[in-house]
Formats: sequence, structure tokens, C-alpha cells
Amino acid sequence: MKLQEFHARRLLAAAGLPVPPSSVAETPAQARAAAEEHLPAGGGKVVIKAQVLVGGRGKAGGVKLAGSPDEAEEVARAILGMEIKGITVRRVLVGPAAEIVREFYLGAALDRRARRILLMGSGEGGVDIEQVAAERPDAITYIHADPHLGLLPYQARRMVFEIGLREHWKQAAAIATGLVKVMRENDADLVEVNPLAIVRAADGTETVQCLDAKITLDDSALHRHPDLEQMRDPDEEDPVDREAREQDISYIRLDGTIGCMVNGAGLAMTTMDLIKRAGGEPANFLDIGGGARADKVAAAMRLILGDANVKAILVNIFGGIARGDEVARGIVEARKVQTRDVPMVVRIVGTNAAEAAEILRAGSFDTAASLDQAVEMAVAAASAAAA
Amino acid sequence: MSILVDRDTRLLVQGITGREGEFHARQMQEYGTQVVAGVTPGKGGQRALDGNVPVFDTCVRAVAETGANASVIYVPASGAPDAILEAVAAGIETVFCITEHIPALDMLEVMPVVERSRARLIGPNCPGATSVGKAKVGIIPAAIHRQGTVGVVSRSGTLTYEVVQALTDAGIGQSTCVGIGGDPINGSTFVDMLELFVADPETEAVVLIGEIGGDAEERAAAWAAERLKGTPMAAFIAGRTAPPGRRMGHAGAIISGGSGTAEGKAAALEAAGIRVAGSPTEIPALLQEAGVRGD
Repeated sequence: MKLQEFHARRLLAAAGLPVPPSSVAETPAQARAAAEEHLPAGGGKVVIKAQVLVGGRGKAGGVKLAGSPDEAEEVARAILGMEIKGITVRRVLVGPAAEIVREFYLGAALDRRARRILLMGSGEGGVDIEQVAAERPDAITYIHADPHLGLLPYQARRMVFEIGLREHWKQAAAIATGLVKVMRENDADLVEVNPLAIVRAADGTETVQCLDAKITLDDSALHRHPDLEQMRDPDEEDPVDREAREQDISYIRLDGTIGCMVNGAGLAMTTMDLIKRAGGEPANFLDIGGGARADKVAAAMRLILGDANVKAILVNIFGGIARGDEVARGIVEARKVQTRDVPMVVRIVGTNAAEAAEILRAGSFDTAASLDQAVEMAVAAASAAAA
Repeated sequence: MSILVDRDTRLLVQGITGREGEFHARQMQEYGTQVVAGVTPGKGGQRALDGNVPVFDTCVRAVAETGANASVIYVPASGAPDAILEAVAAGIETVFCITEHIPALDMLEVMPVVERSRARLIGPNCPGATSVGKAKVGIIPAAIHRQGTVGVVSRSGTLTYEVVQALTDAGIGQSTCVGIGGDPINGSTFVDMLELFVADPETEAVVLIGEIGGDAEERAAAWAAERLKGTPMAAFIAGRTAPPGRRMGHAGAIISGGSGTAEGKAAALEAAGIRVAGSPTEIPALLQEAGVRGD
């Protein structure tokens, strides 16, 4: 689960990291009030940032400066309601615009290969770090945290000296340690500060501040962080995604016409690939998971049928931990309450396949023995329905 | 021979009194696997599988009394990391963790302990392994197999079954089929399994089944190019139609920042001389072209 910037900033601040003050505004009037609070005395500006979970908001015009409460209200009016990559902006963050002396990058992520938390830092901040990594790998310093102790003090020092934060090393090392701590304490996959910046205050003093924050949480661990689950943004979650999540079904809607219900992620992807290869277009990725029970099958069927583009359904179950007969019973149940008549091809093999075949035969379903055959039948049914 | 499990495997089932544990323990036993013990804390002294298998409170007690040398874990995600560590501490050599949805940071903490021990961990979020005609550990359905000389290694569960079924249907038998799991942090890699297959005199060819996300397939390709020159291989990669940035079910299956794509993986495998099939049913033909004979 991705967190909004303002939530990510709160987690960093709660861990004692230096994050400039800011407020969240949902209306231009609130933005104006926030600007009055955050406009530096004796001149200066506030920065107004769209709060959306997609990247590239700066380029899309979702990050702007304002020099007065009037201007802040006007800017916020323009940003609120704006669409960025299909997402409507409902909130903006308003905070004092910092005088940036120099920008850095600092991020912690999972390194699959090393099976460690990897801290990455660079003296080239504020830009796309993946681009830096691809073009000048030497410009990035990599350090693995200890899996049981976290980032050790000497590792944090090494990082900040390497990336050029020597003048502020004590403060910067505390930030590096803090990032890994935030990752470990919140079960995050990614904690990123870009830019981490040396900023100059009105009195000329310089400090290191986290000017942006990106945090992604491990969905498998959310159950032990109910406070973080509260941060899920209902406005940005598709109602369909919410239903899938609540039913513990992995579902991703695509724009094709053949709805797929499959057990297992690898087989679900393969089923989509084969549909495409046979000239069809998959309408979704759907993994009903291991040990799929009848009620879950019914929920999956509702999700698929809720997509108006679906012209045919392909059910592909290879029983292992899931038992074919339970899935078959679920399909029979689902059809009883089905609101719309869509041709369906069912293929169930593996554990308890014989019992499943019996149930499907009694319900006179179109069945297929092989995946290739099932795909062919579904593609044919979808094109017949479209004709 | 075969890899990971065989007739001498003495299996301990962690979570044997649970719904999944009981069901699959029975299936493993029916296949011929020596299921020698079960562990469920608080249920020590009971007997599972119609009284045939003793249940112990702890792994260490189960190992001491039954000589178990492998274990398979069916306990929920909240207890699975501890179950792995308990098995390792009890001296189990090969631990299979079937459980899915274990938090990644839990696995980060578990892995150094596993690495320091003599134990090998397969999974988590994996279907286990079958050494055909000898022993089956995990949840892979028995009926799909045919005994033979092709080793199968996969990051997936049910997709593995699909591929194995295709091999069996084409008359190509398997030595051992193993699923290493779909999580970002897991105990064993493709390369670990390829090393075992190379050393196994009964395995003459290898099928590798990968999917989008990470770089495990690319590393396997590089390793195979060096070390598996004489071994016929074929591969399949799932997720050619997967959109970038969306996690496709498995926690590990995501195309991020242009890396981890099916095309990139297929290209790396082809560059290593490994043919990549467009569909599971094309794999038998690729193996035959590489010199594998069915029967």
C-alpha cells in the first residue's frame, strides 16, 4: 500500500526526523489559512503540492509556489480538482518553501538478491534516482543494513560522508538511521526521501531537512499496523479494488473482454498471456488464491461480471491446495445469483477434479480439459458475443 | 537419485492438526512419503492421520523421537517465521514453507539464521517438491507426475502443475519438481536448485518456470550459460501481458522501473541458449528438440 506524502511525512516526523511543518488543505479557503500560518515572516513563499499517489505531479502542474495568502488560495483552486494521470486531486499540502542549498537522495528498499534492507544515497537529489542509477551508477552509494540490528551508526556515517553531507554529518547520519528504523517499525517495502536537502533559514543557519517522502507498506504486514491501515485513501481506491481486497482476492482490471478466474498468480498471468496470444484480450488478472472456498468464488464472479466490457469468462483452476469440487460448487452457486448472462468456459483439473467434473456436468457447464482448449473456447465465445 | 526429497526422507509436518496440514499430510503419506511426525503446540501425545502419526508439542522432541530430517510448514503467516526457526533449531536439514503472506521483513530476520545453519529453506509461499515415485512434500497434486529424468524448478505454484501436466501428457517424465515460491524474499533461488540438479545423476534436463519481477531468472540464465552447457533446458516466463507497476498477485511479481519484464527475462534465457516457450504445452517439443526423449 502506497502512502500519501502527508502521511509519509507524519511517519518520518514521528520517528524524530526533520520534516518542515505543513498543513493539508481540501479547499482553497483552507489553503489560504494554511498559507497564512506557513508564510515565512519577512517575505518568502509557500509551496503547494497535490497529494496523489501517482508520480510526475510536478510535471503535471501539481506543485506550485505562492507568495501571499491570496495567491495560495488561487493556486490551490487550480490544483484541487485537477486530474493527474486519471486521479482527481482532492488535497494539497501547504508548507513554507525552503531555500535549498543543495539536494540529496536517501532511500531504503528491500534488496531481494542480498535479502537485506538496502540503503541508497546520492549527492544528486531531486531528480529521478532510477535514471541516475542507470546512467551513472557510481553516483549512488549502497549500504546493506543488518537484518537484526538495523543500520549501524558507522554505516550511517559512511553513507553521509560518501554522498557529501560532511558539514552536517551528525544530523544526516541520524536521518539515515531513522529511515531504516521507519522501514522496520512500519513494515515498509520502501522509504524514500527525495530530495533530502540542506536548507537555509531566514537567519542564515543551515540544516538538513526531508522535503518529500515516499513510503510503500508491505500488504502482508498491514494486519499488525491497524493505525497505518487507517491511512488507506478511500478516494483513490477504486471501489472494485476495495471489494477485491476485502474478499482477499488479487484482482486487477484491464481493458479486454475475457474475464479470467484463476487460482495462483503465475497461472493467472499465463492464462492472460495465452488469451492474448490466441487473439483475445484479457479483461482482468484475478487470482482467487490458495484454498479457494465456494463463497470466494462467488465474490470473484461478481467482480468479473461487474466489468461491463466482459463478453466471456474463463475459469481455470488447477487444484493443489484448492480443491476442484469446492470451486465447482462456488461456480454453481454464483450462476444462480448471476445478474447477466455471459458465456463461461470452465476448466478444473488437479485435486478433486473428478468430483468437480461431476458437479459441472450436472450443471451443464461448458468445460474444457486443457488450458489451450479452454482459451480457444473463451476467445471464440468473446468474439461471437462481440459480433 | 533426485533432489531435496526421496525414499529416505523422514518428514515432520508442522501444523498437522490444521485443515490444510491434515489434508495434505494424508496426501503425502498416500504418495509414499514417510510422514513420521507432526507438531502442533499443545497437542503433543495425540496421533494424527487415523492414529498413524505421532503429534509432538515441539520440533526438537519430534526430531529426537522420530529421526525426522525434513519438515513442511502449514501454519498461518503469523506463526510461520517462528516455525521455520524452530525446525532449523531442531536440526531439520530441509524445511519447506508452504505458508503465504509472510511479511517480507520477517523473512529478512529469518534468513540469516537459516544461512548460518546446515538447513536449506524452500519457500515460503511455495508448493513444495515431488521426487517422482519416491516422495512428495507440500501440496503438488500427485496425479500430474510421471517418473523420468527432467527436473522442474519454478517460482509459481499452480503454473508448475500446468507445466508438469504438459510434460506428462507428452510422455516426458520428471525426476524432481520443486517450487521455490513467489515472495520477494525466499529461502532458495533458481541457482540453488540448478546446482542440485547438475549434481543429480538422474536429472538429464531442466525446465525453468519464471515470472515477472526481480532478476532471479536473469541470474539463473547467467549461471546456466556457464555451468549447464551440456544440459538440455527449456523455460517459460509468465506475465508478458502484465501492466507495469501493478503487483500481479505474488508479492514478488511486479514490473518496476522497466526492470523485471517477461521480455527481458526471456531474452536473457535465450542469450544463454535456453529456449523459451510461448505456452506451457510448447515446452515438451522444445525439450525434444534439445535432445530429451519421451517414452
